[in-house]
Amino acid sequence: MRSVGANARRKEGPEKVGGTAQYIDDYDIPGALFGVSVRSQVPAGRIKAVHFDPAFPWQECVVADARDIPGQNVVRLLGDDQPLLADGVIRHPFEPVLLVAHPDRATAWRALKHVRLEVEPEEPVFTMEDSLAKKRVIWGEDNVFKTITIKKGDCAAALAAAPVVVEGTYSVPHQEQAYIENQGMAAWFEGETLVVMGSLQCPYYVHKALQPIFALPPEKVRVLHCVTGGGFGGKEEYPNMLGGHAALLALKAKRPVKMIYDRLEDMLATTKRHPAVVRHRTGLTKDGRLLAQEIDIVMDGGAYMTLSPVVLSRGILHATGPYECPAVSVTARAVATNTPPNGAFRGFGAPQTLFAIEMHWEKIAAVLKKDSLELRRANAVKIGSVLATGQVLKESVSAAEVLEKTVKRVGWDKTKKAHARWNADAKKPTLRGLGLALVHHGAGFTGNGEDYLKSRAGVAVDRAGRVRVLAGSTEMGQGATSTLAQIVADALELPYDAVSVERPDTAKVPDSGPTVASRTTMVVGGLLRRAALDLKTALEAGGKLRGPAAFKAAAKRLCGTAPERRFLADYHRAAGSSFDDKNYVGDAYGCYGYAACAVELEVDKATYEVKLLRVVTAQDVGKAVNPGVVEGQIVGGSVQALGWALLENCVYKDGALQNPRLTDYVIPTALDVPDIDVIVVENPYSNGPFGAKGVGEMPMDVPGPAVAAALLAATGVLFTFLPILPERIQEALCSQEAA
Amino acid sequence: MRGDAASMTLLRAKSAADALRLRARNPAALPLAGGTDLMVHWNAGLLNGRTVLDISAVKDWRRIKVGKDGAEVGALATHAALLRQPAVVAGWPLLTAACGLVGGPQIQARGTLGGNIANASPAGDTFPPLAVYEARVRVASSAGSRELAFSEVFTGVKKTSLKPDELIESIYLPRPAKPARQLFRKVGTRAAQAISKTMAAGLLWLDKKGAVGELRFALGSMAPTVRRLRKAEQAVRGRKLDRETIDLAVKLLASDVSPIDDIRSTRLYRLRAAENIFRGFLEGRLEGV
Repeated sequence: MRSVGANARRKEGPEKVGGTAQYIDDYDIPGALFGVSVRSQVPAGRIKAVHFDPAFPWQECVVADARDIPGQNVVRLLGDDQPLLADGVIRHPFEPVLLVAHPDRATAWRALKHVRLEVEPEEPVFTMEDSLAKKRVIWGEDNVFKTITIKKGDCAAALAAAPVVVEGTYSVPHQEQAYIENQGMAAWFEGETLVVMGSLQCPYYVHKALQPIFALPPEKVRVLHCVTGGGFGGKEEYPNMLGGHAALLALKAKRPVKMIYDRLEDMLATTKRHPAVVRHRTGLTKDGRLLAQEIDIVMDGGAYMTLSPVVLSRGILHATGPYECPAVSVTARAVATNTPPNGAFRGFGAPQTLFAIEMHWEKIAAVLKKDSLELRRANAVKIGSVLATGQVLKESVSAAEVLEKTVKRVGWDKTKKAHARWNADAKKPTLRGLGLALVHHGAGFTGNGEDYLKSRAGVAVDRAGRVRVLAGSTEMGQGATSTLAQIVADALELPYDAVSVERPDTAKVPDSGPTVASRTTMVVGGLLRRAALDLKTALEAGGKLRGPAAFKAAAKRLCGTAPERRFLADYHRAAGSSFDDKNYVGDAYGCYGYAACAVELEVDKATYEVKLLRVVTAQDVGKAVNPGVVEGQIVGGSVQALGWALLENCVYKDGALQNPRLTDYVIPTALDVPDIDVIVVENPYSNGPFGAKGVGEMPMDVPGPAVAAALLAATGVLFTFLPILPERIQEALCSQEAA
Repeated sequence: MRGDAASMTLLRAKSAADALRLRARNPAALPLAGGTDLMVHWNAGLLNGRTVLDISAVKDWRRIKVGKDGAEVGALATHAALLRQPAVVAGWPLLTAACGLVGGPQIQARGTLGGNIANASPAGDTFPPLAVYEARVRVASSAGSRELAFSEVFTGVKKTSLKPDELIESIYLPRPAKPARQLFRKVGTRAAQAISKTMAAGLLWLDKKGAVGELRFALGSMAPTVRRLRKAEQAVRGRKLDRETIDLAVKLLASDVSPIDDIRSTRLYRLRAAENIFRGFLEGRLEGV
């Protein structure tokens, strides 16, 4: 009977495998026009004029610009700084200025060649240094979207007194989400109600963003989710923009409008991972115990705020790594540049700062002439440890467990010895290395985020005893639908197949918050379990339910004359937990997941190519509700992180991506990675459903620094940046040779 | 997809004669063989308004005939078809190794040897092996056919010496004497579906005294067209592959190529990786496919 802990068959599996799943572009919407975007070609400037080629049949098209917006020209998120369509001012390359719709898709694309923007260029700011130096002020008063500081103890005094001080600077680049399905949305009006449907993660974000644009009350906006081919954060906030565009054209055309980006437009215009530069100054005892951590973080937010303040927040809260240090001082700033806005991406700021701290351990190990494994062992958090925010870790702390399991599986000492022998043999064509990293990942929204969200989710039972999950959480390939159904099935002691999941539709499901932040299983699953238990109590009013017939009879009795009964649960913060989001003091997350990863690789002496030989990772997820889904998340996230570490190279020139194709923006294929050896650790969290504490993002945090550490072991070079391309290895080894 | 099929004209050839006739009448038409590169351009909308001559149904140009002295490979033979012919794998292993590294299995199943040549990319994976095997390319027009040495085919990036009314009919591979050493190496951006940063193909024959009888070594992605290392090949002829000779040959490599910095790699990386591979081959450390 129990389905939690079993590999329940994916609810959406048959339609995906059978090819009947309907993605947004599979919907044939009668009478729909196809919409395209006219975008800026320069990074900064003022629009002087728009020239329409008189030879093109513009009378067949619908053209919309900022003047057609009935409400406010904003894409509402954390701030109202980003316009839906540029109104006079250009702040980044590929900023949308005009929208064009035509019944024929090819003609719509062709229209783009017949409209020209006349823009007076302004001096752009491209780098974080130039932005901080206010080379030109392009956002607010000082180009800074957000500054956050964390203080614990007297860091300056501790650094001054420390016997050993080690400094290092680490940087990480943009990354493209590279979901398999490009962004796409459709919109139409049903009477006065705006309906928007598409490929998205967060129906209620789109719902909230559309209201001010069209000056509509919440009940006049409806957002529907379609089968979504991957998101990785890329469809967290961008659908607000694209949904607004499709809806604006639909309003003007008085017809449905579909907008589907191709890969080129998607890669050029939509969000990427925030690049970051992280500086560490660390005080230690001679045997490697932490005394002080001074950390400075700068992230590049791009031209508009989007989600940068919360990406920065997660970044700073993970900056110390899963280690306890008596004195900590961290400053973090997100700054503006004239580049397309960066946004949500799996890990959400944490992979950036965790790369830095983990590489810094490698540097410290070299200075102290110690094995970095020993340093991690000595400093890792345990029950009772106090984090930089003052949060005391009370339960489910597995840093040591994941570390030891990984080290044991990979055979740390034995493998290192074998590598030493291999590398000493000049005849071997490669250099081999083994590297390690350890991370934590806060589960759910940061700080008071969950309190602001006030999520609600529930279950419905009808007279026939059929149970439906009601949540705004979306399936995008990660297995949320099945996982949530498993939790509800077990709470109700029903077979898994007896529980279905309602399609996310703001007219039908409550706002259970965005499908982000590794929160769906832990937070939404927790609400669903509570709602299901309430339903069970109500059903059992007439006595214990024995068997399906009794369940059906009880459901009929419960519904009475109504077609169905709904049981909803609202989010409440765990008792005894608090967070001060002005001073960053308190319980930043309800709980943390922990992960360690060991990477064994070799570098070709002739071509400097890196071949991954082994990837071993142990990850504590609290409870693997669906072990197959959990392993899928860990393997997929690890591969995405290995790509970020070794292959994926966003090349920018004048603020614009130069390789906006999957030919030249190289993501790993199955041939580029070995089988990922996954060890699932289940250290339950008392506030998670069945102990679960989230898994989606953590796998993205840990392989990057493990790869760089392995390359250090193989080559003797400490790479302080990603991606570590063969070209960078060649440069480093050739200059090492020359020196 | 920005490709607009309605704006394009598609001509379909049923036979070789039909193809050449259509070609003569439509010299601006873009030949379609496997379409693996053409469809990328189509997707980007770059072929809108163009005429395409589909020759993929011409059976005569798909044949592979292996004889005692060499092999005649029809221009429309796919990479996968070459890989399936044990006689080709045995006789020209460097070529089939390259075929097995073109794109991935799907690309290999559609992409053709003739299409690869006609496309004339500086990064064409089959070119270094074809260069060291000294292949000959038979091109035809409605007026007749002629044969080009492989070294005469390319005139620049995406440019060939084919006349507007000509199509590639077949590629002739002379059977080489058994080499003492051979090598094919592709250095791509990843393990599959990768465009080459540099590629090397080498054949080495030694005389009875152990001195170099003949060296043929070609590099791809290192110049606008595939390059044989003529100066190095010349310099080592008749000499023993001692330290001094090898140093000299490696030093000469740069004078026959002109690698560039681009989106995929750097000039220095390409040069250094190619030199390392060449040195490894001459020293006998790197060989095989």
